[in-house]
Formats: sequence, structure tokens, C-alpha cells
Amino acid sequence: MPEATAPVGQNQTAAFEPKIVAFFCNWCTYLAADLAGTSRLRYAPNVRVVRVMCSGRVDPQFVLEAFAQGADGVLIGGCHPNDCHYQEGNYKALRRYHLLRRMLEQMGVEPERFRLEWISASEGERLRQVVNEMVEQVRALGPFRKSEQFEPAEEAVAR
Amino acid sequence: MKPKLAFYWCASCGGCEEAVVDLAEKVLDVVAAVDIVFWPVALDFKRTDVEAMPDGSIAAAFINGAIRTSEQEEMAKLLRRKARIVVAFGACAQTGGVPGLANLYDRESLLRAVYSESPSTLNPEGTRPAPHYATNGAALELPVFWDRVRALGQVIPVDYSIPGCPPTPKLLADAVAALLTGSLPERGAVLAPDKALCEECPRRESKPDKLAITRFRRPHETLIETDRCLLAQGLLCLGPATRAGCEARCIQGNMPCTGCFGATSRVRDFGAKALSSIASLTGSNDEAEIIRILENIPDPVGTFYRYSLPAAPLPGKRPNRAGK
Repeated sequence: MPEATAPVGQNQTAAFEPKIVAFFCNWCTYLAADLAGTSRLRYAPNVRVVRVMCSGRVDPQFVLEAFAQGADGVLIGGCHPNDCHYQEGNYKALRRYHLLRRMLEQMGVEPERFRLEWISASEGERLRQVVNEMVEQVRALGPFRKSEQFEPAEEAVAR
Repeated sequence: MKPKLAFYWCASCGGCEEAVVDLAEKVLDVVAAVDIVFWPVALDFKRTDVEAMPDGSIAAAFINGAIRTSEQEEMAKLLRRKARIVVAFGACAQTGGVPGLANLYDRESLLRAVYSESPSTLNPEGTRPAPHYATNGAALELPVFWDRVRALGQVIPVDYSIPGCPPTPKLLADAVAALLTGSLPERGAVLAPDKALCEECPRRESKPDKLAITRFRRPHETLIETDRCLLAQGLLCLGPATRAGCEARCIQGNMPCTGCFGATSRVRDFGAKALSSIASLTGSNDEAEIIRILENIPDPVGTFYRYSLPAAPLPGKRPNRAGK
């Protein structure tokens, strides 16, 4: 089915499977993923889940590094407001997310590639929805190409 | 024979040269102890003089500025061959510096802005700098303007870095002293204290244990108290994320830290970490309110990557998907 949604004019996208790096908190979203598994809910296999103790542990460096190392999207999952196991880690994640989101936009990263969601331990179905939705959105965008470090463009000299 | 030193500048503003001159009378001690064999800003030696030197004959080359042109790259490589130690001197050489923010644009946009679109430009023939140009039988050459700005360490191996925009004369004097006495640390080290600026800030006593900023203020928007923590006054001060060693000069001038000393050794990417530390101080748990407060930081890249975009994991703006 990937072919159906692949945008025209991009060579590799026919076989393009997005890679999504997902940072899930130990107490809520990771358990939701567990629940989705034990409930045998099927969702896109494109996420690589990294379990962290708290969404507040997700350093913006992790997000940039994930993109730099080939992720096509980054998803952070944490506990709902007021539910953080550490009281306010998810609020810190929320604050960082909004500033980082704007910074990524300045760098030409489409907003669909970076997402923060509150998903509690009982919301396996919601986890499935979020993952599927994000995978489809990122698939439609195509692969993330980071700006080339440097191209020695000798032939492209200014005229 | 006295050890030989070289100084060179690449894509820079001249401020780092100023730091050398600001050694003031100490410069005499330096000159007494070393031979400066190359320093275009002050001494009349040419590239051919450097080329004529045996490889490895210079004890240390202090290179400031980022790498933007073919000439800068050639000079960096030349000095790398001639010098036993290369020091990235200043923020531009270390991590790309302010010129590195140009990586938010490609070369074509930059040249178009400068040679066609800027309001003060009159250039009906659309003349652009050309690497080769013939006039009256003479062939002239200009360096090629690369598509990207790079830090020095992305072009040649660098042995040490001295941070700062510009570095302080003290750091330079200390580095030269360490060089002369053979007490330089392990290669790769940043020659400045490895702790955050807040730790040596003269206002640290007034920094609250828990900061909750409900309005970020820019320096012109408020009358800045001279003795209270700038973050406590809502000013965006990057002291918590920035390496110490600058003697808190901006703070003493009543201006917030903009992060020119870069990160400590525990941090890989300064911009992301600085963003993280500032964003988490936002004084609200309500999403709409958080968004509103953070809107007072209108330019996150320019704020947090002011000195280090080329060295970042995402070293600039991505090419537009639709076009180039």
C-alpha cells in the first residue's frame, strides 16, 4: 500500500518506508504500546521505540540527533497533564516541544515530522491511531534529507 | 631558537585579532618568547612565505573565522601542514560562529540578496563575483564562495579550541603559556574552564532556586537591574548552558549571555541544550499560555545557534523539497 500514498516525482518513495523514532515514557505511553501489543492491535511497524523514564527526559539533542542519523520523524509520548509520575516532567517536555518545534520549522523540518502526544497506559487504541496517522503523514512527505553538510561544488561557482 | 607562531583569519569580523591586540603590554612577553612568522592583519608576510617554510616548522597556528571560501580552505590546509598544533581560535573557527547562520540560506539566495535585491544595491548588469575574470589581457582570480559555512574542524583536524566571540586575552595568554611550558592538556580539549557560566557569574547569589519566566524580555524592553540575575528579570540569558571562562563580561556590561563560549564537555550540541534549558524555565503548565510566552523568543535558531549552527546535528536549513 505504500505506493498508493507516495508523492509523485520522488524516486525512492515507491519503496519508502518512514523510520519514526519514538521516545515513550516508562509509565504511560510505553505501557500503552505494551497494551496495544497484548491486545493484538495492529499498527504500522515503522516506529523504533526508545523507552525513557519520563517524557521530560527527552533532551532536544536526542530529537536533533535522531533526525541527523536518519529518522524521518520523531514522536514523543508522555503521560497526560497532571499524571506525570514525576509530577512535572511532562510539562517540561511540553515547553521544550513548542520551542523546538518552532526551531525545527526554521530549519525547514515539516511540522508533521515532530510530534508530542499524551497517551496513558490504558490508551492502546489511541497509540495505534497516533502511530498510524504519523506514519502516513511522514510517508506522504517523503524521506527526511538533512541539509548536506557540505558539497564541494566547484562547478557551481557563481557566474 | 624561539618557537614560531602563526595567526590567520578566515570568515571572521576581526574581533579575534582584536583579542590578540588586547593582550596589551603582555603582547611584549609573547613576542619576547616566540617568533610570529605569519599574521596578515599586522605583519607583512605572504602566503608564499608560509609555503616556503618546512612542514611542521610552526609550533602553533591560531586560526580564527569559519570556512566559507576556497581560499580559506586552502590556507587552513596549508597552515595545518606547516604547524604542529592548530588552535581553532574563537567561536567561528570552533563551531561556525555568526557567519554560520548563513547556512539557513543557500549560496544562490545569499548572492541574490547581496548583489541584486538589497535596497542599496544598484547592479543592472547583474554582476556577480567571478572566480575567473580576464581584463586587458590580465587574468584575475577570486576565491570560490562555497555553498556552506563550515567550522575549522570540519575542514582540517584541529588540536585545541579557544572559545569566545572573541576569546578573552587571558585565555590566549594562558594558551601561549601552556604551549611554551609544554603543559597543554590532551589533544581535542577546549582551553577554557569546563563549567557553566552561572557558576562564575557575579550575580549567582540572586539566581532563584526555581525560575519561572512568564515573559521573556529583550534588553531594549526593560530597564535592567545591575545586580540581579538576568533570568530572574525575564531576560534570555544563556548562562546556564554556556561554558564559563569569559569573566562574565557581558553580564558585567549588564547584558545577557548569548552563548559565545559554547557548550561544556558534557553537552554535544549547544543549541539544542540551550533551548532545552531556557524552554523548561517557562512559567506555566498551560499549553496555550506556554505557546504565548515562548512567542517572545521570535528567532530560536538565531538565539540558540547564534555561534554554532554549522557544528549542529542539523547544520542548516534543509533544501526546499519542491525546488532546490
